[in-house]
Amino acid sequence: MRTKEQRTFDIFGHTIMVILTITALVPMILMLISSLTSEATIVKNGYNFFPEEWSLYAYIWVLTSNGSLILRAYGMSFLVTISGTVCSLVITTLLAYGLSKKGLPARGLLTFLVFFTMLFNAGLVPTYINYTQNFHLKDTFFSLIIPSLMMNAFNVLLMKSYFQTAVPDEILEAAYIDGANEFFTMIKVAIPLSKPIIATIAMFVGIAYWNDWNNGFIYLVKRSDLYTIQNLLNRLMQSITMLQQNANNLSNVNEGLAEIPSVTVRMAMATLGILPIVIVYPFIQNNFVKGITLGGVKG
Amino acid sequence: MSKTVAVIPEQGRGKKLLKRIRRFLPIYLFMLPGLAYLVINNYMPMPGLVLAFKKYNAKMGIFKSPWIGFSNFKYLFATRDAFMITRNTILYNITFIIVNTVLAIAVAIILSEISGKVKKFYQSAILLPNLISSVIIGYLVFAFFSVENGFINNQIINKMGKESILWYSETKYWPFILVFVSAWKSVGYNCIVYLSTLLGFDRAFYEAAAIDGATKWQQITKITLPLLRPTIIMLTMMAIGRIFYSDFGLFYQVPMNQGQLFPVTQTIDTYVYRALLQQSDIAKSSAAGLYQSVVGFILVLGANLLVRKVDRESALF
Repeated sequence: MRTKEQRTFDIFGHTIMVILTITALVPMILMLISSLTSEATIVKNGYNFFPEEWSLYAYIWVLTSNGSLILRAYGMSFLVTISGTVCSLVITTLLAYGLSKKGLPARGLLTFLVFFTMLFNAGLVPTYINYTQNFHLKDTFFSLIIPSLMMNAFNVLLMKSYFQTAVPDEILEAAYIDGANEFFTMIKVAIPLSKPIIATIAMFVGIAYWNDWNNGFIYLVKRSDLYTIQNLLNRLMQSITMLQQNANNLSNVNEGLAEIPSVTVRMAMATLGILPIVIVYPFIQNNFVKGITLGGVKG
Repeated sequence: MSKTVAVIPEQGRGKKLLKRIRRFLPIYLFMLPGLAYLVINNYMPMPGLVLAFKKYNAKMGIFKSPWIGFSNFKYLFATRDAFMITRNTILYNITFIIVNTVLAIAVAIILSEISGKVKKFYQSAILLPNLISSVIIGYLVFAFFSVENGFINNQIINKMGKESILWYSETKYWPFILVFVSAWKSVGYNCIVYLSTLLGFDRAFYEAAAIDGATKWQQITKITLPLLRPTIIMLTMMAIGRIFYSDFGLFYQVPMNQGQLFPVTQTIDTYVYRALLQQSDIAKSSAAGLYQSVVGFILVLGANLLVRKVDRESALF
């Protein structure tokens, strides 16, 4: 039985949540509608939820004229996300499995070495010099995958503690007695038991790779052919800024930009940049929430 | 493991250790790629922090460049920059901690108390902004605030008969915009931990209170909030430990790298980035970087010590 008070609270609560839900979604809706508006309407009336004239031109432009640039960047985003996530999962799982082994000599020291990276960070300057001078990563594909994203201590420790609780020692012992070697035991016994945490970490890592613009921004100087969709969007945003700063003498730039439906194409590209996330979101959402709860316990 | 020890009872310590290492050799091989990555990504750059005390010469490399003592720091702290970036980083973080925590707790309480299946949808919707890259967030903000084409100027300000506002050139709006964007992005995420804690509370407390005639508001202030206290303290402490670091994407992308806005948008992270990669000023960037690393480290340790005092279980170490 619901009391009158419960009903009042329900009305109040639902009102607030509806407002927050609209606030959360409205910017994305404006972006989507803007990408489907004709260029002339936006130039005349600005970005609007109820455009005078709808148009698919921005998407047609993205897919056809000069589209190779955008489709290529889109492909790079998929390539970086998939290869990065696979590499990350392999090294994270192997390290976490090792650290979960009881009796491993120097286990405490190695765990501390992993943990310490969460406390202390050398920062951008030495990291940049290390990757560019010692490893010559500038303007390579690897610069999109390796720096900072490939493994993080937090995921390693999360997975390590999962291995320790979800994989009972007796089962591992049984596998050894049956003559299984370490590799076989890990693949056939420990990993199947730890699927949930591996899926959760894969999802976080995958989203981080898809959304990353920082590595390309820092390390890709000449090779704009390696740009992901995020890097391309970032570059386009800089040219908007440039336009505004040189408002007085923009004759050349203006001519170049007049040919492309710049205002709507930007929003179409941004929509394409979010699209994969929105598509997978309903499937990963529960796992995502669980992952945050797990992580929230420690930081 | 106990088995191995039992099989070799009479051997000396050294031999036993060797035997153990040999037994675990495959495990060390498993760990090798991950450990190598940590060395490359995290440990190799650390000695490079000495750069802050050197005059960098790209040909000589970090370690052969000449020492110059604290000159780089004198140079950094002689400008107003050092004060400005410290102030911006800390004040924004404090505001974010307060605003985002209050909102997250309020949302968590509402979500736990209201009825109906639709609350699952609310939760999904408010979490979604967290999954969007900061570049695209920059675009979303631009769609509203763009001077020529933005929704706010065209549909609201101009319709009220006022002149367009130059959003991207005036500093006074940005503290509000940044706090709003930060809340928009993180409330859905932050409320999850509070919500899962709330759902773990014993319903008997609430039933008893309801029987005694406690109102909803009394239940929230007298039962829910006190029970949430440890979680609030812990998460806040953790956030305070990170107060010297800022969300680079938020402060770089959302104000669109506009120079006029730097007095209110420049934080330590964006400053180090700009000094290193846009001005090639290694002296300034390495000094500011070391300043952030060291103070950041002390704050993380300090915050963790406090968490340990409150709740040992929740501490990182």
